[in-house]
Amino acid sequence: MELLRFATAGSVDDGKSTLIGRLLYDSKAIFEDQLEAVERTSLARGDAYTDLALLTDGLRAEREQGITIDVAYRYFATPKRKFIIADTPGHIQYTRNMVTGASTADLALVLIDARRGVLEQSRRHAFLATLLGIPHLVVCVNKMDLVGWSQERFEEIKAEFRSFAMRLDVHDLSFIPISALHGDNVVERSANMDWYEGTSLLHHLEETHIASDRNLIDARFPVQYVVRPQDQHNHDLHDYRGYAGTVAGGVLKPGDEVVVLPSGLTTTIAAIDSADGAVAEAFAPMAVTVRLADDVDVSRGDMICRVRNRPHVGQDIEAMLCWLTPQGDLRAGAKLAIKHTTRWGRALIKDLQYRLDINTLHRDEHAGTLALNEIGRVSLRTTVPLFFDEYRRNRATGSLILVDEATNNTVGAGIILGPTGVA
Amino acid sequence: MSTSAPTQPDYELTHLQALEAEAIHVIREVAAEFERPVMLFSGGKDSAVMLHLAVKAFAPARLPFPVMHVDTGHNFAEVIEFRDRRVAELGARLVVASVQDAIDAGKVVAETGPRASRNRIQTVPLLEAIESHGFDAVFGGARRDEEKARAKERVFSFRDDFGQWDPKNQRPELWNLYNGRYRKGEHIRVFPLSNWTELDIWQYVAAEDVELPSIYFAHTRRVFQRDGMWLAESPWVTLLDGEEVEERTVRFRTVGDATCTGAIESPAATLAAIIEETAVTRITERGATRADDRISEAGMEDRKREGYF
Ligand SMILES: Nc1nc2c(ncn2[C@@H]2O[C@H](COP(=O)(O)OP(=O)(O)O)[C@@H](O)[C@H]2O)c(=O)[nH]1
Repeated sequence: MELLRFATAGSVDDGKSTLIGRLLYDSKAIFEDQLEAVERTSLARGDAYTDLALLTDGLRAEREQGITIDVAYRYFATPKRKFIIADTPGHIQYTRNMVTGASTADLALVLIDARRGVLEQSRRHAFLATLLGIPHLVVCVNKMDLVGWSQERFEEIKAEFRSFAMRLDVHDLSFIPISALHGDNVVERSANMDWYEGTSLLHHLEETHIASDRNLIDARFPVQYVVRPQDQHNHDLHDYRGYAGTVAGGVLKPGDEVVVLPSGLTTTIAAIDSADGAVAEAFAPMAVTVRLADDVDVSRGDMICRVRNRPHVGQDIEAMLCWLTPQGDLRAGAKLAIKHTTRWGRALIKDLQYRLDINTLHRDEHAGTLALNEIGRVSLRTTVPLFFDEYRRNRATGSLILVDEATNNTVGAGIILGPTGVA
Repeated sequence: MSTSAPTQPDYELTHLQALEAEAIHVIREVAAEFERPVMLFSGGKDSAVMLHLAVKAFAPARLPFPVMHVDTGHNFAEVIEFRDRRVAELGARLVVASVQDAIDAGKVVAETGPRASRNRIQTVPLLEAIESHGFDAVFGGARRDEEKARAKERVFSFRDDFGQWDPKNQRPELWNLYNGRYRKGEHIRVFPLSNWTELDIWQYVAAEDVELPSIYFAHTRRVFQRDGMWLAESPWVTLLDGEEVEERTVRFRTVGDATCTGAIESPAATLAAIIEETAVTRITERGATRADDRISEAGMEDRKREGYF
């Protein structure tokens, strides 16, 4: 059984909570006691029906305000797949939350209210999903019951969305007409929309092919931890030296000729260990321990890759940056801590080239700052060289976070475009 | 089974392999970036799985950090026996944070009465142990599917000087780039099993042959019914009027303080039978078996703010 992570996006009241509640309910991920709690609350509020949306409403502050405020993770499984939903709310803090939820998603689900059609927010959601490199986009046109199950309305929304999406880098785009409230086309195909020839949403989620989304070409192994057993009783392990980490790209095999960055020393992979014994090959996102044939000096933050396929090595990087904090805007000249793969350093924001209006995709080249939820293109210089790839080629070696050194807060999310001067 | 090795030719991982890899990544990241991590180990199934993953993360080297048990003093004997044996097998160091000691020292006041529970006051010895040992990262086995308030908790959950959690002031967590920076006096709780469900845990236990205390499997026990749950007869609980002890075939779905952890009636004596029951079960494990969580709908959230696990 495979794992699929998806992020949901929608404006307030598009029916996102209802849809998630229904997916969980119909796939039996909702337990009786949870349902009873929701029924009690619904009854107390005087709702006409049990509000499935309450199932996904977590913290007290939200219950009081009646809105969701952060990314929440939900789980359900069918016999075919296990699903992790990153549920992101649709209001002001939207960008920060969606960027967070989307960073690990294989698929994005964008909700549109059939009556309201494609809104500014829908475009923003689609843009963010593609910026974050989510390979599959599913647009659910919801509340079809309120537009008389109209095929014409569905086609209209589809055409409008498509014409916008053409400007984006969308690989796989699908449209499904649904009614989250009544369950049409959510788990079972709807009897109310004979004209729709596609599959239900759940079926689509089960069948989307995600295995080929990963980069299996560029071998990248950021060293996370050096394993050196210090066991006085077991002399066999005396010389054991392994480099533990999570494969970030490509396929590694014993016998591969590799280079260690930044030293540039070359050697071969002697063995790849897991706790269950040696493995014949390792690929992303396996967590393994690599042993090298020669006694080269390797430490955390180093990168092992193939001799003839190396990442960019450098300190000057172009990136799209999303600003995540309300405590102060980003300006050129800012100095921040940076984390990229397993490497920490410091970064200087040399230049804010433009701020992107994520609704119109207009570039404001006169912008001097990035505030919370704003996205812009920056040039940055790091104190240590980073071993990176373009984000669209590899999400693991193409992403970075920026941390405020005074508060230790994560304040920026960066998507690498390439080395300065080239990208 | 080997969960780390690919089983499909087209470079796919099963969901258990993917969850395992993610958890190992988190555990290694903490070991690399913190000076004094510690792993909570209650002997329960989630912490047994977490410990198993930690052992795998550093093999063939030993666990590079100690384990800690917050001991309410109201334990199932089988669980303590299991805890001590596992710790000895691994050659790990065990730190016990004792609720009884905290009570004896007058640091907390134990609840009294027939429904007295020590669950809530565990927070005091826990925070004290963190402070006195200087632990800067504490691994916990909590899962996001357990309870609504947990659904939003980060994998790296930041705590202030008082060990408190502020749900509105969490660090954004992107990709697998965890930010473990902290100031002196603060610490981080880390939840490597965040994305696991109860069913995943059982499937993994079966696939990896993870050893668990015997009370997880069906056995006969002297129990009585309270609030719709079966509680074990023990020296620490007083029966209320109308409550009667009887022998039943039961098993436990979680392991906590013996005074408030309920058993369920079940004939499931093997992992296969438990997995089958779990796959069709309609009640969350906390709802079914934890009296302490029933206090209020927001019960868990309130306790987490105070510094609970
Ligand atoms: N008629 C109809 N109402 C819906 C549908 N889906 C959601 N709603 C209603 O729309 C409102 C907003 O839904 P909710 O799920 O809370 O929206 P969210 O803000 O996107 O999470 C609620 O009153 C829902 O009952 C649908 O398919 N048809």
